[in-house]
Amino acid sequence: MSTLKRRKGSETKRVSNSEPPIDKEHEKREKERDEKQKKSKQEGDENKKRNLKKWSCVDSCCWFIGFICSIWWFLLFLYNAMPASFPQYVTEAITGPLPDPPGVKLHKEGLKAKHPVVFVPGIVTGGLELWEGHQCAEGLFRKRLWGGTFGEVYKRPLCWVEHMSLDNETGLDPSGVRIRPVSGLVAADYFAAGYFVWAVLIANLARIGYEEKNMYMAAYDWRISFQNTEVRDQTLSRIKSNIELMVATSGGRKVVVMPHSMGVLYFLHFMKWVEAPAPMGGGGGSDWCAKHIKAVMNIGGPFLGVPKAVTGLFSAEAKDIAVARAMAPGVLDMDVFGFQTFQHVMRMTRTWDSTMSMVPKGGDTIWGGLDWSPEEDYKCNKKIKSNDSQTVSQNGKGSADDAKCANYGRIISFGKDVAEVHSSKIEMVDFRGAVKGSNLANMTCRDVWTEYHDMGVGGINAIADYKVYTAGSILDLLHFVAPKTMKRGGAHFSYGIADNLDDQKYEHYKYWSNPLETKLPNAPNMEIFSLYGVGIPTERAYVYKLSPAAGCSIPFQIDTSADGGLGCTCLKDGVFSVDGDETVPVLSAGFMSAKGWRGKTRFNPSGIRTYIREYNHAPPANFLEGRGTQSGAHVDIMGNFALIEDIIRVAAGSTGDDLGGDRVYSDIFKWSEKIKLQL
Amino acid sequence: MASILRFRKLCYLEPVKCSSLGFGSFETPKVDRKCENVASAVEEVSEKSKKKKKRQPKEWRCIDYCCWIIGYLCTTWLLLLFLYHCLPANLPGLRVPEPPGARLKREGLTALHPVVLVPGIVTGGLELWEGRPCAEGLFRQRLWGGSFTEIFKRPLCWLEHLSLHNETGLDPPGIRVRAVPGLVAADYFAPGYFVWAVLIENLARIGYEGKNMYMAAYDWRLSFQNTEIRDQALSKLKSKIELMYVTNGSKKVVVVPHSMGVIYFLHFLKWVESPPPMGGGGGPGWCAKHIKAIMNIGPAFLGVPKTVSNMLSAEAKDIAVIRAVAPGILNSKFLRLQTLEHVMRVCRTWDSIISLLPKGGETVWGNLDWSPEEEHDCDSAKKMFLQPTLNENNTNHSDEKRRFQVKESMKYGRIISFGKEASELPSSQLPTLGSEEFKRTRSSSNFDTSCGEVWTEYDEMSRESIRKVAENKAYTARSLIDLLRFVAPKMMQRTEAHFSHGIAENLGDPKYTHYKYWSNPLETKLPDAPDMEIYCLYGVGIPTERSYVYKLSPSDKCKSIPFQIDSSADGSEGGCLKGGVYFVDGDESVPVLSAGFMCAKGWRGRTRFNPSGIATYIREHQHKPPASLLEGRGLESGAHVDILGNVALIEDVLRVAAGATGAELGGDRIYSDIIKMSERINIRL
Repeated sequence: MSTLKRRKGSETKRVSNSEPPIDKEHEKREKERDEKQKKSKQEGDENKKRNLKKWSCVDSCCWFIGFICSIWWFLLFLYNAMPASFPQYVTEAITGPLPDPPGVKLHKEGLKAKHPVVFVPGIVTGGLELWEGHQCAEGLFRKRLWGGTFGEVYKRPLCWVEHMSLDNETGLDPSGVRIRPVSGLVAADYFAAGYFVWAVLIANLARIGYEEKNMYMAAYDWRISFQNTEVRDQTLSRIKSNIELMVATSGGRKVVVMPHSMGVLYFLHFMKWVEAPAPMGGGGGSDWCAKHIKAVMNIGGPFLGVPKAVTGLFSAEAKDIAVARAMAPGVLDMDVFGFQTFQHVMRMTRTWDSTMSMVPKGGDTIWGGLDWSPEEDYKCNKKIKSNDSQTVSQNGKGSADDAKCANYGRIISFGKDVAEVHSSKIEMVDFRGAVKGSNLANMTCRDVWTEYHDMGVGGINAIADYKVYTAGSILDLLHFVAPKTMKRGGAHFSYGIADNLDDQKYEHYKYWSNPLETKLPNAPNMEIFSLYGVGIPTERAYVYKLSPAAGCSIPFQIDTSADGGLGCTCLKDGVFSVDGDETVPVLSAGFMSAKGWRGKTRFNPSGIRTYIREYNHAPPANFLEGRGTQSGAHVDIMGNFALIEDIIRVAAGSTGDDLGGDRVYSDIFKWSEKIKLQL
Repeated sequence: MASILRFRKLCYLEPVKCSSLGFGSFETPKVDRKCENVASAVEEVSEKSKKKKKRQPKEWRCIDYCCWIIGYLCTTWLLLLFLYHCLPANLPGLRVPEPPGARLKREGLTALHPVVLVPGIVTGGLELWEGRPCAEGLFRQRLWGGSFTEIFKRPLCWLEHLSLHNETGLDPPGIRVRAVPGLVAADYFAPGYFVWAVLIENLARIGYEGKNMYMAAYDWRLSFQNTEIRDQALSKLKSKIELMYVTNGSKKVVVVPHSMGVIYFLHFLKWVESPPPMGGGGGPGWCAKHIKAIMNIGPAFLGVPKTVSNMLSAEAKDIAVIRAVAPGILNSKFLRLQTLEHVMRVCRTWDSIISLLPKGGETVWGNLDWSPEEEHDCDSAKKMFLQPTLNENNTNHSDEKRRFQVKESMKYGRIISFGKEASELPSSQLPTLGSEEFKRTRSSSNFDTSCGEVWTEYDEMSRESIRKVAENKAYTARSLIDLLRFVAPKMMQRTEAHFSHGIAENLGDPKYTHYKYWSNPLETKLPDAPDMEIYCLYGVGIPTERSYVYKLSPSDKCKSIPFQIDSSADGSEGGCLKGGVYFVDGDESVPVLSAGFMCAKGWRGRTRFNPSGIATYIREHQHKPPASLLEGRGLESGAHVDILGNVALIEDVLRVAAGATGAELGGDRIYSDIIKMSERINIRL
């Protein structure tokens, strides 16, 4: 632009020079203009210089930041000034009037708080806070290390991992570190800011009159084994005392217990513990449960374990057991900190005994053998259809292809072809006697210690050579790759099926959390509900490969290239999936209520009634619904209106029959039939 | 878009056209002028666009300056914040004194007895469980404690939710506000303002954690028995203590109540051993079995005079913290509503306040001419305050001083006097008015609705009756109750079913099994637990409100509360009267007399209030203001709440929790005249 102007100026000059006599006035004006122009130009230049000096980059930045800040504050102000019901108006304007939350609806129906309720949170969702730490954790006293914002993961990751880990030998606190569960409802109402776990349920219960005095969150340290929560924190005693108190202060009304996820197993353990005699148990007497518990409403309960737990232990690759990965997948996958994040996570999670409570239980009888599995006729694309027409797919038989390709019984197989061929064609080389070989690590891996380094190449290859692992042999596998963890875990958990439940040995606490090795308490009036979501593909079996990298990394990883293609839609990214709630397969959540405890069986000698309530997953209709009011996903189901309604009704006094008995969408009954278990 | 196109047209097309015109047909000035116009326009535009190109606005506009400044501030602030976060936790130059917990841990102390913390009035958080439509979105948010943002956002709604029902003293219909449970209930009152946090942290250092430390949070607005009726708070406390006793290897608990928590726990002691319908049914041995020691911090055993002024005119200084939180806002009327009246209305629905009225009547608090503290020398208190080392010297001179003081001794017994003279005149010149007089003067209500929705009971009283009340000039602890019955009839009627303020003649009388006597140490016997220990830990050396000079407020009746403290009444230099308030020694809220008397005399040895001879210890803590800003609220403070951060006090608590007895701590530690004062109180023991 400036060049254009200059040329123009010179041009006009030339014009005025070449023909002077024509118009004096014009010339004069011309000159004036010239001068003006020059002046303005000079001014402009000066101005430019001055402005340039002023408007340096820093100033621009300041201006920019100021601008952003102001707008931010302004918006924040508007947001704060906004009436609280504004989002609801918007939602209603877009989607039409929302249904009343179940609490409001039932309050209008006249339901009132009756039975005290107890929440038992699951693994991972409960908050943990620091009570004593090392030097590096200064200033974090009584701050949440787990739950909340996870700010410390980023600020001091190594310190964080160090504090979250437990002692490798005892499974209890390392010396000088005390991490304790947060107590009260705040322990697990929100996992992180805005990510509800129990909050929606609590809010709805409050609508019909519940409050702190008749609601109790049985928060426990979910990292340690169930019996250790009593040994270290007396958590079980505390739950017992609180239930007794609530029953006493609410006029003798029994409690309704709502365990979620691993809390289901924890509460199973509690029910045995509380009636067992004193040194090992709570000494409540054989009728404690009958006197104090009206109903146990298991939400998404992994009664028989979850296959995910295996991969979690095996290669730290499970998807949400190790939520640490979910929190920051990018960060954890890269080696940004200059250390092996994965190995750190693995080392940490392997010190958590509780993860072992969720290893698949019942062995081949439940989970299927090499050529057989209860879910074998499951059609994966049914899920898509099932949302539209549930009844049609019920009748549909699985095609031959699907049945062949999905050998769910093989929980871990090395290579896709191995996963699919018939068992007679697999050559299995026994790994159990394999020599572990010399230490791979040679101290090059610094402080990252995983037990793989003790195994050596021989051991690793032996594992891969065995090719296929079923639920039964998985335990041997884990014993082989993680001897210390399993040794610790073996003292606290058991995964078998009892032949004779009256055997003296079953009085030991390690059997208490396995429904296949314990009897339910003698409480014929109690009710057991299994509430869980269905309609989401859930991890069930894995295709593994040896990882190419040598040295410090974990030698196995899921073969994400293994895809079933059109003929076998169940296999995707190296994972075979079945129906479930994204974490727990239907089989694990429903089998005990569908068959194991149905009627008077040896696991349920007093004939406690069981009910199955399934919730078909429907994803949130739009963004405004958040995590959905009809979700069936493992954690999101806690915001499912139908489930909340069921819970509130039971808490207000209904029985299972009042609710309408079973409500089943999946093939759980068919699958249970296939499992041959002595009842 | 259109304007940009026009710009381009002007810039690129017009000049060309014009110059060609200039070459060809410049004869006509008209054209020329036109051209010139165009040219100047072009210049302008080109200049403009040039600036645009270089991102140069014509000048610094105001908004740019603002943005720049804000941006600058933000950046600096962020930078400082970042630096602060990068800072190592303990700078070498900034030596933080070692916390007592760490020191005692090195000495080898470990957690032994479970600890129960009982918070006082006001300090515990309250959260909303069910509310009116105006409180939407506040479910399980703190209404009390925390940041108090709702006061500013929706003050009327907030007041409505914090009020209790005027008749029952329980929840109004449709509103449920409940105490926050757990240690978070009262660790910090507001962000950064610790209450129990420092003590908790130090206990944690010697090994305490959630399983052997319990915060007995209760709804401090309710009367004590109502916390059991509504929330089963007492049952919960009992169950927790029993549980901790069992799970910690049959170790008795150490209870640490603070402020009003002290009398709450006194109530609990009686409740737990009483038979079921009214009590907890723990049986007569319960306390002996479960409690090792009660370490009362800043105990308000015999009440605090502050409560009276709070009741009368909502003018107490920190009982009604609402005022402290936002004094300016509450005093000015910018919200166009009578804030003080609102506060008063809300406070008067809180039964618990009545538990803090002075107990023991004239026997303890003095009558028109006499009071146990009459020799108190406000000057010496100040001197001690300045140079605590000269303590001994002062006592040498005290005899001399006393003689001088007696002449114009303060008549503390007159807790309320109307007018400064009334507080100083000998009693013979004061008009007297019996309590019957009150009943007669209570006229029929000529309550008119012009006062809007702000309802205080003053509106129901006629102007004359108010003047009559003022004519009675001076009130002692006994006649005070009559005064309050007169000005706040509903509240007193409600609360007298829950609290009593007298002295028992015969403790064996069966009427004393009623719960309304349980929180008054002068009307109950301590439990039969000879091994238990009772400590009175409190601060001294701070002037504390003891009695007030009142006046009638000049404004008409609808606008305001008819009484207010006569802040113009000032005593001589160094005197005890200041701003209409007479001061004595204390911890800023509780006078020494109330905090120490029971431990110094009432329960000392085997008395009728303490039949089993429970050992009592007095541990006073001389107030020292924080030496520097870095110390925050001080490590040696004696103030009512700040004492919870007092290093010496924390050490005492830790040692007892770790198993020490009172004798091992060193027995009594006394700075004030409490023993002398107690001796002057004639009470049958």
